[in-house]
Amino acid sequence: MAFLSSLVNGLSLGSIYAIIALGYTMVYGIAKMLNFAHGDVIMVGAYIAFCGAQYWGLPPVLCVLCAMAVCTVLGVTIERLAYRPLRQATSLAVLITAIGMSYLLQNLALQIWGANPKSFPTDLIAFPNLSLFSGQLKVSGVTVVTVLANLVIMVALTFFTGKTKMGKAMRCVSEDRGAAELMGINVNRTISMTFAIGSALAAIAGVLLCTAYPTLQPTTGSMPGIKAFTAAVFGGIGSIPGAMVGGLLLGIIEILSRAYISTELADAIVFAVLIVVLLVRPTGLLGKQVREKV
Amino acid sequence: MSGKQQSELLLEVSDIHVYYGAIHAIKGISFDVRPGEIVALIGANGAGKSTTLNTIAGLLKPRSGSIRFKGENVTGTPASRMVFKGLALCPEGRRIFQQMTVKENLEMGAFSRPNTEIASAMEDVFTRFPRLKEREKQVAGTLSGGEQQMLAMGRALMGKPDLLMLDEPSMGLAPILVEQIFAIIGELHAAGTTILLVEQNAQMALSVADRAYVLETGTIGMSGQAAELLNDDAVRKAYLGH
Repeated sequence: MAFLSSLVNGLSLGSIYAIIALGYTMVYGIAKMLNFAHGDVIMVGAYIAFCGAQYWGLPPVLCVLCAMAVCTVLGVTIERLAYRPLRQATSLAVLITAIGMSYLLQNLALQIWGANPKSFPTDLIAFPNLSLFSGQLKVSGVTVVTVLANLVIMVALTFFTGKTKMGKAMRCVSEDRGAAELMGINVNRTISMTFAIGSALAAIAGVLLCTAYPTLQPTTGSMPGIKAFTAAVFGGIGSIPGAMVGGLLLGIIEILSRAYISTELADAIVFAVLIVVLLVRPTGLLGKQVREKV
Repeated sequence: MSGKQQSELLLEVSDIHVYYGAIHAIKGISFDVRPGEIVALIGANGAGKSTTLNTIAGLLKPRSGSIRFKGENVTGTPASRMVFKGLALCPEGRRIFQQMTVKENLEMGAFSRPNTEIASAMEDVFTRFPRLKEREKQVAGTLSGGEQQMLAMGRALMGKPDLLMLDEPSMGLAPILVEQIFAIIGELHAAGTTILLVEQNAQMALSVADRAYVLETGTIGMSGQAAELLNDDAVRKAYLGH
């Protein structure tokens, strides 16, 4: 039962990683850049939800919606101001800018909310705890909501990219920007849209993360951000199902290592697994190996 | 009525100059296309044929000169807007969306059209290219080279363009397929489509075109009726190899 319980915890943490990883993987797939500020957008989302509950007296649903709205605007603004002018620049310049943006967000948060950790309201997500196997396995309400949220987001995104005009346009831009333009697709608008979706998901991830681990400070987003980036690479960066698989596996490996091997070594094990996977499959678990036909 | 249409130019390129950084790729070329015509741009590798098409399509901006399409000055209009004005470019190397199905590729070709027109446009394309109908659900990257060229042309036709620009449609295809592609270009012409064709295969291009321009390192060397150029000694020597 202890194993099952760890597995459930891993699934929950992995779902959060998966939701964050989607932001990395979609932006990478479409804008061909690593948005290292993504983890910090999560932190901003959590702070907004925190303020909504603590200072503005908003009901939980509005807190989450408010966080999503702010993060969406933030993500689109970051792209417009910092990344778009570098569209033709080398990828290294874009990467450095993204890292700079990450520190900028952290320091702005430090200015606004201070360095003292806030304790995130854990009752923001009110869902009854589940008790399974006649009380032997307890699953918290947050866990249930997290796993369900991940599933809903996956199904919705799969539908969006597979069936809608805008979603298909995104896939076109991801494959060949020039050819997409020749179809009449506005590439800049498509990239903005991607940042909007990724950032709104980051807000959801921020709320879920801080409800499960309720210490909120300006650096809250960076470690989960890096782990989720790892998850995206693990699953195959650019691939939406890859982000799902990578995130879940990473969460489960992390929690199981913590439970059965060593708490201190858990992170090291996670990254060691990543290295092994990349040695065997350089494109990640579900990464596409596209062969060009001449 | 038809006299007026004939005199109106569909596309008018005037003295455009295009640079790649410091490289002066197009050095002031002018030409035009009238409704219903096939006009060919021929010339050696690196003469600037593709650059010219990419500039008209809006992928590149000319540093000076003007481009008028359907009477409107469209110089510097981005590619994604040009499609909505009725211009389609079937690019060099085909550039179909390899990971999408044949059907999805065609749907994307109609991105600029209302959703209600997609089904009928696709029927037209399938009538023209029955092979694509057979492969409808297949992932485009698995098609043969000839099928990919058909898909690229079909995709460009999905937008029902007023001007179809074809960049090297015969590139990398077996002779039998080249014949097939040019037969289709002839059919499209007969159906009233206006085509601007760029080809290294000057023989084939001149045999299907009404008029042609010969590009030589960024300038227009010769121009005239395709049939006349086909029999011109200088053209024969330089581009037809006999």
